Amino acid sequence: MSQAEPTANVPPEQEPSSDFAVRLGAAQRAGGLVVPVLTAVLAFLAGGIVVAATGHNPWTAYKGIWDGAGFNWLFHVPWDTNTIHLDAFNLSQTLLTMTTLILVGLAVAFPFRCGLFNIGGQGQYLVGLIVANWVGVSFASWPTAPHVLLGIGAATLAGAAWAGIAGVLKATTGAHEVITTIMLNWIAIWGGQYLFGQGGPLQNTYNPAAPESGTIAQSARIPVFWGNSALQGLDYGFFVGIAALFVFWLILNRTTLGYELRATGFNPEAAEYGGIDVRRKFFQAMAIGGAFAGLAGALDMLGYLFQFGVLDVQASQIGFLGIAVALLGRNTAIGTGVAAFLFGGLLYGTTRGLNPNVFDPSLAGNLTSMIQGLIVLFVGADILILYVWNARRKARLPHILRPEPEPGQ
Amino acid sequence: MADETGTVLELRGITKRYPGIVANDHVDFDLQRGEVHALLGENGAGKSTLMNILYGLTKPDEGEILVDGKHVSFTSAKDAIETGIGMVHQHFMLIPVMTVAENIVLGVEPVRDAVLLDEGAARRRVEDIARTFKFSVDPGARVDEISVGQQQRVEIMKALYRNADILVLDEPTAVLTPQEAADLFEILRTLRREGISIIFISHKLNEVLEIADRITVLRRGKKIDTVTLEGATEESLARMMVGRDVLLRVDKAPASPTDVALDVKDLHVLDDRELEKVSGVSFTVRTGEIVAIAGVDGNGQSELVEAITGLRRIESGTIEVGGREFEGHLTPRLMIDSGVGHIPEDRHRRGLVLEFNLAENLALHDYNKPPDSKHGWLYPARLVTRAVRLIKDFDIRGGGPLTFASSLSGGNQQKVVVAREVARNPIVLIAAQPTRGLDVGAIEYVHRRLVAERDEGHAILLVSLELDEVLSLADRILVMYEGRIVGEHGAGAGEEEIGLEMLGGRKEAAA
Repeated sequence: MSQAEPTANVPPEQEPSSDFAVRLGAAQRAGGLVVPVLTAVLAFLAGGIVVAATGHNPWTAYKGIWDGAGFNWLFHVPWDTNTIHLDAFNLSQTLLTMTTLILVGLAVAFPFRCGLFNIGGQGQYLVGLIVANWVGVSFASWPTAPHVLLGIGAATLAGAAWAGIAGVLKATTGAHEVITTIMLNWIAIWGGQYLFGQGGPLQNTYNPAAPESGTIAQSARIPVFWGNSALQGLDYGFFVGIAALFVFWLILNRTTLGYELRATGFNPEAAEYGGIDVRRKFFQAMAIGGAFAGLAGALDMLGYLFQFGVLDVQASQIGFLGIAVALLGRNTAIGTGVAAFLFGGLLYGTTRGLNPNVFDPSLAGNLTSMIQGLIVLFVGADILILYVWNARRKARLPHILRPEPEPGQ
Repeated sequence: MADETGTVLELRGITKRYPGIVANDHVDFDLQRGEVHALLGENGAGKSTLMNILYGLTKPDEGEILVDGKHVSFTSAKDAIETGIGMVHQHFMLIPVMTVAENIVLGVEPVRDAVLLDEGAARRRVEDIARTFKFSVDPGARVDEISVGQQQRVEIMKALYRNADILVLDEPTAVLTPQEAADLFEILRTLRREGISIIFISHKLNEVLEIADRITVLRRGKKIDTVTLEGATEESLARMMVGRDVLLRVDKAPASPTDVALDVKDLHVLDDRELEKVSGVSFTVRTGEIVAIAGVDGNGQSELVEAITGLRRIESGTIEVGGREFEGHLTPRLMIDSGVGHIPEDRHRRGLVLEFNLAENLALHDYNKPPDSKHGWLYPARLVTRAVRLIKDFDIRGGGPLTFASSLSGGNQQKVVVAREVARNPIVLIAAQPTRGLDVGAIEYVHRRLVAERDEGHAILLVSLELDEVLSLADRILVMYEGRIVGEHGAGAGEEEIGLEMLGGRKEAAA
């Protein structure tokens, strides 16, 4: 087809394609930063409207959350790192929350890149918490470094195993991972309530009336590098979270496993044809995702929680927030990091960090849930956003490269 | 309405420019009442742009449109429909869960009691159309339960229901089996007799010669010529389309086969519904020959290929590749590493990861071996090195190693697949419908490449639904019917005999 071929600067195809997935993929690449930023801005705008509708000033409310998250500290140069001061303390707490969110976000993002939707981050996180607590309470005679590493390693493996159950079921029976991970969440929640509850195997030994776990030994605690360790300072787990982002990127882009997972996520049939054992990839993707969540549980338990009660098990929601973090971050390493920072600030800035005189915390807490929900909704609706965006682009640049319509579909 | 034979539609000097390309460059086109006028051109020649302008989806930069001698200006498809233009897209726009009649009347439903859909009237009017134009479609059937060919008829009836007297069909046979295509042509002839004027967009020469009264050829946005059917040949049309002489017949020396490379013995394979689709197939392919499997779609060819490539479980029988015997549960990885190359029948479904770039696609079988990777670590730069070489060797155009596969043209996408499979130097190369959906230039390329691979000493198993392709490429022809090999022929076999066998005719009948 030598002479007949369009030259390099000429778009090779003009036939419109109705292969929607292909177009969506192309548009998502083209959309780049635009869609997630637009999504977040829209969510905050909608949240502001609701605040205004309740008779509050949205500007004051968001300023209150901003300060509550400690973000104002960043603009007070020279930086005063002493966490005696509220700004610095708030920021350290935001970063602490961010660490957890990075990991539960990666727990969703990683399987997503293999075409799997892991709703089970919460369960995997709880399993990690429980195992880390058990290791931390036991082996009390160990020196710090091995004790912490054992706790982290065991909890990470436990998270991987917990998610791996869903992966095995998917690979062997085809059971949908959304269903199985939700069921595994409930098993983890009830399991935690049993283990920490009255008479449970992991209940504390000093107060039989209190339905809560034992407190982990000093040797199992991750050292704090910013703030007071007695006041929930920021521990070295933060760097583990940041490193996890890099590991996530590295696995996906610089290993054969990552290549296989991405191929499977994009087109399982082509992956199979290419010689990839697709079902094994399903298991591996879930297990690695679960490992991130289990690691989150370990860092929280060994970093600042130290013990956990039945009521905490019931109230914990942070694993679910990982879904919003991953979706907003577009399942990329950098995106997940940025989204975790945003949600970390939002979560802490609307709760303990918030000055109750500025804005009613009960309203603020609901605002977080609302913004979270809106982001998930908008990301789910990003087909619509992309459509609007593309319509705009088309108006300016009418010609968009498209693949050939494929006969036989 | 125009008179009996007049010009119903005229496009004058249509020009449409996009950044970097003139999609239509002063194109003139006219359509007579009751004719089939084919619009012929390669992918990207500007056929679809011209039709989108006619259908009101795109505004031309220059030029005018006349319907029945009157100037018209469309701002949307609605305007075009009201003027009597109907378009049947390649991908149908039907609602699967609704009935044929409901789909046809959708948007202009007959109404009773002011608000309710008059189902009886809808059904009657659909039946009227079916009777007038001799469509065999059940108006009460759900769209997702009828065949693709019938769905296409529903699309045509939708246009007729809206009183279209100009019908535009965009590559209508691309989704059809040969039998369905023959039925479609019968329908088009009926429509033509009833005074409907038809624009038939295609890049398949034989179809155009079969159905069209006149043929307009576009190349790179320019109208090359409009010719009548008399005197037009495949060769002359191909030359106009591509701009040079195209070898429609494959030029090849007689084969000189040597050792047996692929030996299939008494193979039995089930399909997804656990029905036996391959029932005791045995054959051999030798190094240096092209063996073609001819047959109508769905007679077990796909399952046979999937079995040999490890994508489908073998119930019983054996497969020998280069002297190594396999049976039972094979995997794609095992067969890839044993020297089986595979150009799959659907490059979008299996052959390519469209969201991967070319370097990643070209590495699809070898990403897990040095130099691409070592101890599980992948070296993307080395993938690119290979891609640079293959893109040059196989003349892949439209992008570099980091271009996404989805943004290449179909012909170039297929070159990526061919490059990957051929470059691995397989003992046996299985080419399943390797030219499906490609235009003449790309078909010529793939054919030449397969013959070249044969001459370099590879064994090639070609599976094709196109009898022309089988006859022009094969050194030996096997005919497959209902899961069995029902005939074997040398290179010079007669088309009719093979055609009869493909439809299940016994040998006695032909002899």
